[in-house]
Amino acid sequence: MRNDMKSSDIKTDSLMLTRRSFGAGLAAGTGFLAFALPVRALTVDQARGLIDRAISEVNATISSGKSEQQMFGDFERIFATYADVAAIARSALGTAAKTTSAAQMAEFTQAYQGYISRKYGRRFREFIGGKIEVVDAKPIKTYYEVISTATLEGQSPFDLRWHVSDKSGKQLFFNIIIEGINMLASERTEVGALLDANGGDMTKLIAALKSA
Amino acid sequence: MVIARDMRTNLTMKSDPCTQRRPRKTAATLALSLGIVAFVGLTACGPAIPTPGISDPREAQNRQFHKFNLAVDKNVVRPLANSTGKIIPPEVKQGVVNFADNLSLPGSVVNNILQLRFGMALENTTRFAINSTVGIGGVFDPATAAGVIGKPTDFGETMYRWGVREGYYVELPLLGPSTDRDALGKVVDYVLDPMRLILPPNSRISLFAQLGSKLSDRSKYSETVDSILYDSADSYAQARLLYLDNRRFNLGEVPAESSFEDPYAE
Repeated sequence: MRNDMKSSDIKTDSLMLTRRSFGAGLAAGTGFLAFALPVRALTVDQARGLIDRAISEVNATISSGKSEQQMFGDFERIFATYADVAAIARSALGTAAKTTSAAQMAEFTQAYQGYISRKYGRRFREFIGGKIEVVDAKPIKTYYEVISTATLEGQSPFDLRWHVSDKSGKQLFFNIIIEGINMLASERTEVGALLDANGGDMTKLIAALKSA
Repeated sequence: MVIARDMRTNLTMKSDPCTQRRPRKTAATLALSLGIVAFVGLTACGPAIPTPGISDPREAQNRQFHKFNLAVDKNVVRPLANSTGKIIPPEVKQGVVNFADNLSLPGSVVNNILQLRFGMALENTTRFAINSTVGIGGVFDPATAAGVIGKPTDFGETMYRWGVREGYYVELPLLGPSTDRDALGKVVDYVLDPMRLILPPNSRISLFAQLGSKLSDRSKYSETVDSILYDSADSYAQARLLYLDNRRFNLGEVPAESSFEDPYAE
């Protein structure tokens, strides 16, 4: 039995150990804090599990042998399923989100969902022929950071991080960071520029997002 | 080694305890670089103070250069990269990239030493030795296969390690996004590069290798680069953000979390 143990088993074992000791610490910590604070609903394991699932869907699509066009469709769906699009939309709009009516905000979010899913779905195409693996997860501030390594054809492996929160009421990721470059900051720059280009007019911005 | 108080002080060379502790007279080059550092007037020792956010007071001028760079990319670099990208076999392109990478290693080693990172200096030296010989002049990369991966560095990073601040953002004609510190680093790297002494004078081998390598990258990452340069609503602002975030990440200067606001805060 010992001899049959594969390297993946060993990896899992050592991971379990770290998780367990981390979990024990966390349990002790939350037990202590339970009197004063609500228990953190999302755990580091759950955050990791979410990204594991998202990545395995991406990997499955990449190796499915589907046409590129079909893959784009899959990537869009994966993005919409696992990302907190509403939070990303609000963040992308920046300060303008505060002066926008609820109705217009809903319209913007819907247009933005299609826009960002198409855009980042297309970005996932670079992963075709490659592989992404979760290597670590840790809490930061009020959310979790899941660290993965992407190994793409003919490139040295690079660092790909996912920020996960359950503040929306559901576990979803709200940011992707590739080698220090993060989606939220990039999107705020882009949407801010788009809003400027449309003379600060939300209706025009929404139309522009729909056609982009 | 450093206390925060020191970092905020602009130091003169004589009163700087850090510079005095550094090995003096290793080379005229060190004196030169220290001179430049003093000239910039931003020095302290130990990594510089993190500079989150964007400081771009020369934006108008930078945007002019950005426009120029876009025109060069659109009319020369992009068509050239795409056409050669299709004709030249990937193995050949990889050979050019490897060759250029290998030529840059001695410069990295010099900087590793200036950064007092002797382990990495040794690794980059070993990499250079393996790839220059077994890798036939650096065209192949057996070092990576042997686990000697190395890490490129430059004088911009060296200055960061010494406590020089980032300065303002700058977009350089032809060379693209940079900062005051990194732009100065490029000049010093050119002067410090030991390959200039090794290669035949005026051979321009390094220059051509680098151009080839950049063209290869431009074609390899064509879609990503195109999406930034031509699909962004403001490609200047986008390139500026990407450069600063990525550079600061690579230097370990600021955590990525400082580049965005928590969308759930409030």
